[in-house]
Amino acid sequence: MGILDSKIPSGPLADKWTKHKNDINLVNPANKRNIDIIVVGTGLAGGAAAATLAELGYNVKTFCYQDSPRRAHSIAAQGGINAAKNYQGDGDSNYRLFYDTIKGGDYRSREANVYRLAEVSGNIIDQCVAQGVPFAREYGGMLDNRSFGGVLVSRTFYAKGQTGQQLLLGAYAAMNRQINRGKIQSFTRHEMMDLVLVDGKARGIIARDLVSGKIERHSAHAVVLATGGYGNVFFLSTNAMGSNVMAAWRAHRKGAFFANPCFTQIHPTCIPVSGDHQSKLTLMSESLRNDGRIWVPKKMEDAVAIREGKLKPTQIAEEDRDYYLERRYPAFGNLVPRDVASRAAKERCDAGFGVNKTGEAVYLDFASAIKRYGKEKAMTSGIKDPDEATIIKLGEEVIEAKYGNLFQMYEKIVDENPYKTPMKIYPAVHYTMGGLWVDYNLQTTIPGCYAAGEANFSDHGANRLGASALMQGLADGYFVLPYTIGDYLSKDIRTGKIPTDSPAFDEAEKLVRDRMEKLMSGSGIHSVDYYHKKLGKIMWNKCGMARNAKGLEEAIKEIAELRKDFWENVKVTGTIESKNQELEKAGRVADFLELGELFAKDALHRNESCGGHFREEYQTEEGEALRDDENFKYVAAWEYVGEPKDAKLHKEDLVYENIELKTRSYK
Amino acid sequence: MVDEKPSNKQQTTNNYITMKLYLKIWRQKDASTPGKIVDYTLDGVEGDMSFLEMLDILNEELVSKGEEPVEFDHDCREGICGTCSLQINGEPHGPDRLVTTCQLHMRKFNDGDTIVIEPFRANAFPVIKDLIVDRSAFDRIQQAGGYISVNTSGNTVDANCIPINKHDADEAMDAATCIGCGACVAACKNASAMLFTSAKVSQFALLPQGRIEAVERVQNMVRQMDLEGFGNCTNTGACEVECPKGISLTNIARMNREYLSASLKG
Repeated sequence: MGILDSKIPSGPLADKWTKHKNDINLVNPANKRNIDIIVVGTGLAGGAAAATLAELGYNVKTFCYQDSPRRAHSIAAQGGINAAKNYQGDGDSNYRLFYDTIKGGDYRSREANVYRLAEVSGNIIDQCVAQGVPFAREYGGMLDNRSFGGVLVSRTFYAKGQTGQQLLLGAYAAMNRQINRGKIQSFTRHEMMDLVLVDGKARGIIARDLVSGKIERHSAHAVVLATGGYGNVFFLSTNAMGSNVMAAWRAHRKGAFFANPCFTQIHPTCIPVSGDHQSKLTLMSESLRNDGRIWVPKKMEDAVAIREGKLKPTQIAEEDRDYYLERRYPAFGNLVPRDVASRAAKERCDAGFGVNKTGEAVYLDFASAIKRYGKEKAMTSGIKDPDEATIIKLGEEVIEAKYGNLFQMYEKIVDENPYKTPMKIYPAVHYTMGGLWVDYNLQTTIPGCYAAGEANFSDHGANRLGASALMQGLADGYFVLPYTIGDYLSKDIRTGKIPTDSPAFDEAEKLVRDRMEKLMSGSGIHSVDYYHKKLGKIMWNKCGMARNAKGLEEAIKEIAELRKDFWENVKVTGTIESKNQELEKAGRVADFLELGELFAKDALHRNESCGGHFREEYQTEEGEALRDDENFKYVAAWEYVGEPKDAKLHKEDLVYENIELKTRSYK
Repeated sequence: MVDEKPSNKQQTTNNYITMKLYLKIWRQKDASTPGKIVDYTLDGVEGDMSFLEMLDILNEELVSKGEEPVEFDHDCREGICGTCSLQINGEPHGPDRLVTTCQLHMRKFNDGDTIVIEPFRANAFPVIKDLIVDRSAFDRIQQAGGYISVNTSGNTVDANCIPINKHDADEAMDAATCIGCGACVAACKNASAMLFTSAKVSQFALLPQGRIEAVERVQNMVRQMDLEGFGNCTNTGACEVECPKGISLTNIARMNREYLSASLKG
């Protein structure tokens, strides 16, 4: 097993978690009062973990760079959260959710973790309802569900198009209850600058107060990193502007292995790029694929006419449209997993059928759903023989009730009315399946340093299914980490408070100060954003939806050169000892410039295509991903040894005892 | 079947030509230093840019000249995190309705316009730097009682054992969509936080799970709101007009009712 001991409990799959909870050590309530835990990041995973740990009796300190814990980017998740409740009676079960997630992840995730996720999923919904999360309901007062990609049941719970917001506000409310009790100290507008190790264990962090610029030392018996993903390495993504890899990367540099960095999700339905000024991309929820049909013109001349503004999509006859997902994947149609849908869009656009000025957009069309709902509504409202206008009016009302806020968002950004003309969409970087390597207890390779939510790598393999991120964040935060961490902390009941005046803290603080001074002392030629955009271009062109060995080798070289240029020539205005957004950005981009190189290295070494990782050299004749289970059925966990390109590979072999490895098919 | 009407009435001619704008921006070094309005001229602004992308371009220009960029709060840039703010020509989140500043697009402005950009103004929202204000008062109001006291251990009843009338659930959801941006306070001549606080109170008051602590919740949250130094409500309704999420004044009426009945019980 070596260093990578995944600590998966023995026994049958369905009993592992129960058995493990019975076997691990507990900390008694009186001793919990003497133990401090730092939680970095206050999204679903961090917020939920902080609230639960505080409720259990630990002293918790939370840190977030935002001005309030409630603003973490979990808030932007739109579509929903999966749970194997089987409320719809459509044959759902924990096993099916487990199976769908492993298959959706293209057989690159750990069976035991995923089963546990499925097992606690139902509990999440119970918990959130008890907390007052206003999920959508049916007229009988019961909870409503919808479908997401890659599955054949309806197991997604939702709160309009704002499910992440409502779940985060739930976790935030649970945190507030503990803040009010004095069990959580919340540090907002604070950024973790480094992890502090004492005798090889995570014992605290160096943080910067982003308002005063002051460097602070905070100690604890364990540190939880719930700091989200690293999609912003692409500059343009659906992540928040502040989303960054700093906390995870600092931990990586201190000894935490980074797993599968190249597994990145490119989400199929985002608003296309409009120009060079663009600062971020906006997602249109996958839930829209329940009712929207994706198409491009069948005839090249129509596509050209549309791009030139001579033809409108509504003028193209039904038989001249290519509903390419329904054509290629009849069983799942528009609800294929995200990686499949994204690649199919790229394939059509590369073939010249794109429908906007840049040629990089496809249509997402609601016309037939509006008609279908309109007819149904007319019938249930007792309107006999409704005319076309009535049907469309009624249908639009149904669509508005389901997706109103998304349609409004689209109209504000694009300045077109999606009720009347199809939406234009294109894939964009959305989520990172890779992250810090963790064992079954969510502990990284640094003792006492845990990673939860998107920040870890564990549950989604090479592709995440829709409505699973919220599920994983809350599962880790509410139900997994608060118990597994007790096993570690049970050895710390006599340790006492960790002092912050030790040499380890001195040294960590000095490194942080030196690094900031170095950032400020660049020759001052280019802005931070200049470098970030350049990095993003390399990543998108060479490490994006399709990758090949030549491009990846170039990327590794180009990123290393760009990083050197950055450290010599970046211009950071202002001072260290004050509020300074340029300095904040510079620190984050510096780490992206290292992560990007490891990302490309990981993608280069994985000579197969799986999930979101598509290597052009490895595809079937129909252009589907060609997995290589013989050689790559493992987690690639990278150890930092200096330059990212020199990182040392450790393999965790993935064992499938309960699921037969198959070629993923959604046909 | 074919829709002959132009689908986007609002599309203006300035969408694809660039604009020159005269910006008057509040600059303030820190909380203890007095601030002032500084003039900037910005060329090459496109209609498809968001308001914050316009400020990004200004900041790139300032950095290239070695000047300190204008600091403003922003994060998700898709109108949901509630981080962005800005008083634009006297209106929180600018002239468009039902949008946050990050979703406001420059097509709403014209070539040659002068735009005044200030931070949200309220005693309870002190300026931190330039256009950034401290809205932690909102957090403290919620810490005072904006939750249901249920443990997060997961040992609760099955979710469908708490049936909720769809109408109530929808109304609770409407109240819960508040993003806590503070536009209601900035719009109010009294800098009152009634719309924000009442949205939080309403979400729980409308749900059976929330009724159990309803009396203490409204009293504690209103007490904290007053302690933070927000003004009183005089039913002007500016908050509702400027709210990017369309939170209704009905919530204030509901909170007043909850508060009154709590006082009588209490």
